Amino acid sequence: MDLSSINPVLLVASIMVSATPILLAAIGEMVVEKSGVLNLGVEGMMITGAVVGFAIAVNTGAPGWGFLAAACASAALSLSFGVLTQFLLSNQVATGLGLTLVGLGLSSLIGKPYEGMKSPTLPKLDLGPLSDIPVLGRMLFSHDIMVYFALALVAGVWAFLKFTRAGLILRATGESHDSAHALGYKVVRIRLAAIAFGGACAGLGGAYLSLVRVPQWTEGMTAGAGWIALAIVVFASWRPWRVAVGAYLFGGVTVLQLNLQAAGANVPVALLSASPYIITILVLVVISARGHHGAPASLGRPFHATT
Amino acid sequence: MIRLEKRPQPSRLWTGLSPVLAVLLTMVFGGVLFAFLGANPFEAIRTIFWDPLFNTQFAGFTRPQLLVKAGPLILIAIGLSIGFRAGIWNIGAEGQYIMGAICGAAAGLAVYPASSFLILPMMILFGALGGWAWAMIPGILKTRFGTNEILVSLMLVYVAENILATASSGFLRNPEGRGFPGSRNFKEWDAAHNAELISGTGMHWGVLFAFLAVIGAYVLLTRHILGFNIRLTGEAPRAARFSGVNPARIVLFCLGISGALAGMAGLFEVAGPAGQISIDFNSGYGFTAIIVAFLGRLHPVGILLAGLLMALTYIGGELAQLMLGVPGASIQLFQGMLLFFLLGVDVFTNYRLRLGQRETA
Repeated sequence: MDLSSINPVLLVASIMVSATPILLAAIGEMVVEKSGVLNLGVEGMMITGAVVGFAIAVNTGAPGWGFLAAACASAALSLSFGVLTQFLLSNQVATGLGLTLVGLGLSSLIGKPYEGMKSPTLPKLDLGPLSDIPVLGRMLFSHDIMVYFALALVAGVWAFLKFTRAGLILRATGESHDSAHALGYKVVRIRLAAIAFGGACAGLGGAYLSLVRVPQWTEGMTAGAGWIALAIVVFASWRPWRVAVGAYLFGGVTVLQLNLQAAGANVPVALLSASPYIITILVLVVISARGHHGAPASLGRPFHATT
Repeated sequence: MIRLEKRPQPSRLWTGLSPVLAVLLTMVFGGVLFAFLGANPFEAIRTIFWDPLFNTQFAGFTRPQLLVKAGPLILIAIGLSIGFRAGIWNIGAEGQYIMGAICGAAAGLAVYPASSFLILPMMILFGALGGWAWAMIPGILKTRFGTNEILVSLMLVYVAENILATASSGFLRNPEGRGFPGSRNFKEWDAAHNAELISGTGMHWGVLFAFLAVIGAYVLLTRHILGFNIRLTGEAPRAARFSGVNPARIVLFCLGISGALAGMAGLFEVAGPAGQISIDFNSGYGFTAIIVAFLGRLHPVGILLAGLLMALTYIGGELAQLMLGVPGASIQLFQGMLLFFLLGVDVFTNYRLRLGQRETA
């Protein structure tokens, strides 16, 4: 095998691109879980975002509209989960699985006519002198806007949860919905807002896959990215910056195994293709062996106001 | 003002009624969906639910398919439902199904071309073992380290799919297949063929095992202390622990049984209807079985009926695709919608609707 064919500059650059969809989905899901709701439908929302974003971008010729539509569509889909779990008090695990199945079906239905098409993709940002820095410029400062938007979103979520009153209320809802309710906060409304935000983020992540990362529509193209996003939230112990670290780590694994495949490494291809999933499992084991730190106390528990 | 009041006991009436209502709602919204897709909704619904069974022209051909498709769904769903009852979420049945098929087929192919009546039973055994072992990974990780079984079992589906790709193009490839991927065809090897038991019915060994699993699960859950402990663990984990139930043992049992049943289902499929290990012999039964388990109210008899209904939507879906040009993916959406409506309608099982002002305390 020829490792010298792997260019480290391109490697870092492609890690940033491949981490972005997972990062977007994971940071959204983290907010949802912080509010005390476990939405296992990330995969379904992501793939819906991927297909809607692709379809709108192809039809309008503007990837920006694609991203916007993807966020709206996935948020709308996530609200169906919200209505079921918050108003009709259904089991969150089962409903999340249902959301994934609905999303997969819906996406392949919408996407059929778009198979094999090419979409307009996002232009690379020109950051002026930053992009011209010899090595770092190519690595870090020559990406499209969504890569930086995802990182800004992490910072935004971090600041929101840590410094704002609304963030505190959201966290309180997740830790003890009964106390939050007793204090007069609208638990259901807060959670619905969080669910919609999580849906929008997952939609953006999905659209990034189909519009930038690949950029094409193929059925089932998320291939477990939504589930990996869920795992990253656990890995990150529900902390925004660790979500970013986790997403970049997994982005790294994905890109590295693709590069090793291309370089003809002396490892079975199936093992390399499976490695992101195997590593996810290993990381989950290590994290859980240390004990659960930071899971919101009301996570996954249905809330029913009796008074 | 509408509000919900928790029932002291789940309503027995609604437990039975809600799946029926969910199916009706799915038909209505599915009809709207088909209308959007440019098909006559009434015709589409009739093609899916009626024609496969009663159409004079091709019902003779489609009716046996009902058992062929329902067999694996029921077998997997029975296993899953036992775990779901205990609050153990094995959603990686698809992976266990694949691994069972690979292990069972590999065990059979190892003795090719021997002929003995013991070969098929041995393959079934290895199929069950393969599924069991694959399910033990999340099981042991959960009991040993407390790792979330939902994520691990699901991740293992993708790992299993990669192993399947290697198996069909590598170590299980038919040496006489001129380099094409896919294993030897079990249909051409009588000793290993999971053949139709009664011709023209679709009844094969897997269907028989599915019926046995229904009976076994019913006895387990209603007549055996282990079944009681499983239900107790799901409904009141603390009470279960105080009464001396070992949660780790329940986790391992539930995951093990669902893995073994899914593995067997995979082997039956490969040795029978599918015929060979190929890269895409698995058709998502492991995921659809989750819907079947819920639609059947996690009750063995309910799962039997739900499995037959779900098989009907598969066959009817193919028919609608053929006759009306409805996209195949719409059936997948149709099935997902069914689960959604069921979970929504379920609110009436556990809650009572109250109209009017709430009384002051």
